[in-house]
Amino acid sequence: MNISRRQMLVLLPAAAVAWKFVLAETPEQSPNYKMTEHWWGMLIDISKCIGCGNCVRACRTENDVPEGFYRTWVERYHVSDENMTEPEVISPAGGENGFPVAAEDSKKYFFVPKMCNHCADSPCTQVCPVGATFVAPDGVVLVDPKYCLGCAYCVQACPYGCRYIHPKKEVADKCTLCYHRITQGLTTACCEVCPTGARQLVDLKDPKDPIHEFLKTHAVQVLKPQMATGAKAFYNGLDGSVR
Amino acid sequence: MNGVEGFMYPNEIGLQWSVLIVLYPFITGLVAGAFILASLERVFNVTAVKPTYRLALLTALAFLLVAPLPLQLHLGHPERSPEMYFTPHSTSAMAMFGYVYLWYLMAVLVLEIWLDYRRDIVLMYQNSKGLLRMVYGIMTLGSTNISERSLAIDERVGWIVTLIGIPSAFLLHGYVGFIFGSIKANPWWSSPLMPVVFIFSAMVSGIAGVMLLYMAITKLRKHKIDVRCVDTIAMYLFYIFIIDFSLEMLDLIHRIYEADESFRSLNFLVHTQLFIPHIVIQIMLGTLTPIILLGITQVVKLPEIARKRIYSVAGCLTLMGIFAMRWNVVIGGQLFSKSFLGFTTYKIGLVSKEGLLVAIFLTLLPLFFLWVLVKLLPPWGENTTHATAGD
Repeated sequence: MNISRRQMLVLLPAAAVAWKFVLAETPEQSPNYKMTEHWWGMLIDISKCIGCGNCVRACRTENDVPEGFYRTWVERYHVSDENMTEPEVISPAGGENGFPVAAEDSKKYFFVPKMCNHCADSPCTQVCPVGATFVAPDGVVLVDPKYCLGCAYCVQACPYGCRYIHPKKEVADKCTLCYHRITQGLTTACCEVCPTGARQLVDLKDPKDPIHEFLKTHAVQVLKPQMATGAKAFYNGLDGSVR
Repeated sequence: MNGVEGFMYPNEIGLQWSVLIVLYPFITGLVAGAFILASLERVFNVTAVKPTYRLALLTALAFLLVAPLPLQLHLGHPERSPEMYFTPHSTSAMAMFGYVYLWYLMAVLVLEIWLDYRRDIVLMYQNSKGLLRMVYGIMTLGSTNISERSLAIDERVGWIVTLIGIPSAFLLHGYVGFIFGSIKANPWWSSPLMPVVFIFSAMVSGIAGVMLLYMAITKLRKHKIDVRCVDTIAMYLFYIFIIDFSLEMLDLIHRIYEADESFRSLNFLVHTQLFIPHIVIQIMLGTLTPIILLGITQVVKLPEIARKRIYSVAGCLTLMGIFAMRWNVVIGGQLFSKSFLGFTTYKIGLVSKEGLLVAIFLTLLPLFFLWVLVKLLPPWGENTTHATAGD
């Protein structure tokens, strides 16, 4: 094929743009990762959380979470035995800097780390008008930021308040379960830094994962079970007052 | 910064949907309601409302042209909105928007207006000069045959289009209600009654809107208002309003009686932040007062002038009430935490992308479009020559 100098002048910039586009779309290489062999979730042990905020800080650093928004946060509950339906809950700056010293009284205190529940029947993915957010074959709920319209319908549909519109990118943003890490065989940033092991990444498709034994032997609950979302953030020791 | 009372999940503090999303159901409601009023004459042979037939169609078109604008302005990436047409997500109610909109715009409204006006367009094309002649020439779409047989076909097809248009109008606005009603995460929205309430409130707002426009434009044109026409419209408005109010009350009573886990939170909201927009503006001023006023005109024999004044006041209050209803659904539904433990506030910006000035501009824009349409396609009496094909 003969290409004239004039044709070359047109083709070269076009090829450069196309190549740049191809490169931009290439995901991080994870040659040994097979999506269909995993079904990810998170085990959160309420009794182990000390409200240090390490997870929130690690998540912000690892994922460049914008100020004022949270992919994960920690709430502190203060519940009296007479009135379980009206707990006092605080989460100053999402618990990022820890919590103020609690008053000593007869009520019970406990911390509840929150994050995307990576629901199997997620209402957020159901409502997305273009399918920009989806449940990946490994059970992780993700958002394609190059496709999202930024309509915020998914934010409205999430019962747990886990989504937000990224103020700069103007697309829906949320916990990815540190997808860039777990596909490389690592754990999530929040699990990595938790000093008490209150958070554990679990793979429900891995028969050797200790989660199976744990689920058999403990009273484990999900948040808002009445929503029937197939949540995969499993809470051990979840109090009935938690919303 | 939004003021927070109690506990909100940290991502919930700022509202996601602003006043522009309040405008969207308000505008589509006017479209659907105006069309239903037009269909009263065309399909249901209510000849008394004939003077408003074409005005109702043009009003519906003017508002429909503006309907997608608030949505576009709200999107983080409006340039990606065509993806809703190309790659719609089958489980999303919102994905239907593009198709319902296009269907309603092109297959129903534009087609019906074109068929109804075709004779006039051809005549105006033949009698005008210059740019206007070119515009009318394009509007004929090359179809200049206005023989009796040809016009009879227009009539028949127009009647069928209106017939299809009625369920389409219900679909257009019922689906808007479904967008809210299907969100199980939000108890203020989640209700199977939501689409039905939206349909009836749409009819109420559209009928009131066209009635007011007809009276105002006729007055501006220094013509006599056809009292039999506005009496009939007011009667329909009254009865449909009663159905709408009954449905809303059914929803409210059901919520109060069931008193589920969200009730305490929502009840508090209605008695505090939403007291003025919900109880005072929507229910007392915007619903009960116009219903009582319209009811008086139905049972008491009042002089013509008094009736016209009552219709004007009731119409304005109705539109205010329906706007408040949209506000209370959209904004009210975001003021409480999904933890039911706290509340946030909404402060509307003035000059921002989703601020007050943009909202006012978008509210007035359909009236400008209507003015252009009325200039281009005069809807007044002498031209409404179509026989009722359904006879």
